[in-house]
Amino acid sequence: MTTEFNGEIRKMMIILSKATLENVYAAFVLANGARMEGIEAEIFFTFFGLEAIHSKKLEHLHVATVGNPAMHMPTLLGGLPGMEALATSMMKKEMEKIDMPDVHEFLDILVASGVKLWACRLAMDMFHYKKEDMYEGVEAVITVGDFYKQGSGIGTHMLFI
Amino acid sequence: MEKVIAGKTVQVNEEGYLTDFAQWNQTIGEEIANEASITMTPRHWEVIKYLQDQHQQKVALSIRKIGQSKVVDIKEFYALFPQGPLKVSTKIAGIPKPASCI
Repeated sequence: MTTEFNGEIRKMMIILSKATLENVYAAFVLANGARMEGIEAEIFFTFFGLEAIHSKKLEHLHVATVGNPAMHMPTLLGGLPGMEALATSMMKKEMEKIDMPDVHEFLDILVASGVKLWACRLAMDMFHYKKEDMYEGVEAVITVGDFYKQGSGIGTHMLFI
Repeated sequence: MEKVIAGKTVQVNEEGYLTDFAQWNQTIGEEIANEASITMTPRHWEVIKYLQDQHQQKVALSIRKIGQSKVVDIKEFYALFPQGPLKVSTKIAGIPKPASCI
């Protein structure tokens, strides 16, 4: 086994710690893209990243308009009421044009593609979330140690978003 | 470049995808499948036929489109063509590898 290994990526372990739309999509596209190449993929949702798998919140994620220089919007303006919603609806329209699924559909695609979704135990406790509050495709609530164990083996790469 | 597949000389690109669908036939598809360790069943061929139809209609293929196809769902697609289903199936189908990320 070891001798056949030539440095190829065999498994992507992605940690998602934020729930701004652009970060959630980055994690999802990377996980899905891995599966499309025959690479295994798992996502560990921690801290605010949990919102991306919280049944009541996942449809309402926003783009960050403050502290995001690439939005080319003055910070003060970005902080105005309704600004995030406006930027988010604009981004969603653009994404639909390039055939990008919404968050719920994307989660369905990931699970059907064999991506394992994990919720961080510590963050779940902190936010007082229960397993049944989360999207049904989540495998389990696990610890950091469990997640590392999942990633053991040759050719595993970890990515923090 | 040229490659002999199932006794027939065909044009392929550097990744082994046929560059001219007119040169494709089922025996060629079968041999490409064998190289990928896939034993073709009637179910596999149904999916291949769908991909070829989509290609002829100039529809850009993606995993999402497969999921909406009503021909095969994503889970079965991965089960039929493990190790990168869209990549492997299009190669067997004799059509270009989709450039999609989703």
